Amino acid sequence: MTTRRDTGTTWGPIGLGLATLVGVFAAVEAMIRVGWINGFIVPLPSAVLLSFERIIVEEGVLRRFLFTAAEALAAGTLVAVCGTSLGVLLYRRQILRLACENWVAALAAAPLVLIYPLLLVIFGRNALTIVMIGFLSGLPPAILKTVEGLSSTRRVLIDVGRSFNLSPSQQFRKILFPAALPTIFVGLRLGLMFALINIVGVEFLINFGGLGQFVNELAERYDLPAMYAAIFFVILVSVGFFLLTERIERWLGRVR
Amino acid sequence: MPDMTPSAVLQVEGLVKRFSTGDETITALDHVSFEVAQGEVLSVIGPSGCGKSTVFNIIGGLTDADEGRVVVEGEAVSGPHPAIGMVFQEESTFPWRTVAENIAFPLEIAGKAKDERVARARQYLALVGLQGFDRHYPAELSGGMRQRVAIARTLASQPKILLMDEPFAALDEQTRFLLGDKVMQIQQKLAQTTLLVTHNIAEAVQLSDRVVVMTYRPGRVKRVVAIDLPRPRTSEVVGSVAFQAFVAEIWNDLREEASRGMLDAEAHSRRVAIGTPASLNE
Repeated sequence: MTTRRDTGTTWGPIGLGLATLVGVFAAVEAMIRVGWINGFIVPLPSAVLLSFERIIVEEGVLRRFLFTAAEALAAGTLVAVCGTSLGVLLYRRQILRLACENWVAALAAAPLVLIYPLLLVIFGRNALTIVMIGFLSGLPPAILKTVEGLSSTRRVLIDVGRSFNLSPSQQFRKILFPAALPTIFVGLRLGLMFALINIVGVEFLINFGGLGQFVNELAERYDLPAMYAAIFFVILVSVGFFLLTERIERWLGRVR
Repeated sequence: MPDMTPSAVLQVEGLVKRFSTGDETITALDHVSFEVAQGEVLSVIGPSGCGKSTVFNIIGGLTDADEGRVVVEGEAVSGPHPAIGMVFQEESTFPWRTVAENIAFPLEIAGKAKDERVARARQYLALVGLQGFDRHYPAELSGGMRQRVAIARTLASQPKILLMDEPFAALDEQTRFLLGDKVMQIQQKLAQTTLLVTHNIAEAVQLSDRVVVMTYRPGRVKRVVAIDLPRPRTSEVVGSVAFQAFVAEIWNDLREEASRGMLDAEAHSRRVAIGTPASLNE
């Protein structure tokens, strides 16, 4: 049964967060109206709010969102398949791991989005370039967390598998992989977040694709209220994605 | 080499195990031999460092012996053997599986049909007294309950020999006695041949028909003590004079070995301290 205290603990922080947001918007609105902030640079929050209807009905933001989502899905699938496979390979081959792990860690910290001109030359100005940027930027955390998850599997669980005479393939499928799954998922989650950020960024840079291109177009039109509305829409998508993956991660961790 | 009794299910013959640590070789086991009869509970007891867990790992097929062999029902075995079921000291349930799925694990590996897996899991769940917990995850259970799940999982593979390495070591004393009762009930119901590796004298006396006392490094069999306390046994036996006499008898054998172990550990600590840079000792 949910107690009054539980309800307060759940809704209290959410309410405080929303109230803070509303308070900040109200303060910005007031400062623009009295002229403390230049209204030609920062649009009125109320105008941004009203622009939401326009970007949904007239500008087709949902179609653009689906375009970006499809790119993110493609990049995410590549990250999941290649990241976990390469992670397993590094786990199995110690020499490869010793040779590559630091390089992969360094790549995770590198601004890979900057190689977009190279990918433009290779793949052209199309969705493939964007997907490849997303894929490359999401790959390092997926690899590193897969290696970490497999390596940190408790010895006794492996011994249980050995005591039941499991084949190497069964040992992997039945013990190593499920034991490592929560850590692997953390890597995938990070990888997908990196991929999404870089996909929107490259769409903006090369003026092609979904939400990133949309923000670019609105900026070039100097339609500031709609541009900010589009940016908020991107933020909402990111927050939604974050909450969804967090929920899955919690579900995976629940049984631990 | 021990005399082979016709009813011996498990024979451990002349096990020798050496470990290399840098420039020296340590003999962990020195010609350890004993046997376990059908339906018998035999404990191997000794001080820390006597090689008990090495014996466990060799019999379970997780480690190779340098010399000697392990014979199950007349057949020399190497590597894990289906006749031997292992219960580990550490918590070893699979956290991503429910209790029932944990218990059914060996049946799944053996390719049994789902109906049979479910039925057998229920049967062993009842045997360890965990009815109603089949859909729970291990994280929702206490340490003692999780260890019962691990025991049920091993029993579900229907091993001829149940091999347990200090299975109650991580539990408090009261739970340990109660779980000992449960293990005795199961053992008596199934007539399960059991080999228990432990450093706990009371546990060894409470559960065993015989206790093999080992020396400190190198591990050798010092003495085998027959525990002729009446069966069926419960933890109430710990209050009896006979029980206390067995505990005292085994402790007399172990005290010298445990003292050697302690002195050796102190000497090792001193060597480490001398090797440590002076600045760290200041």
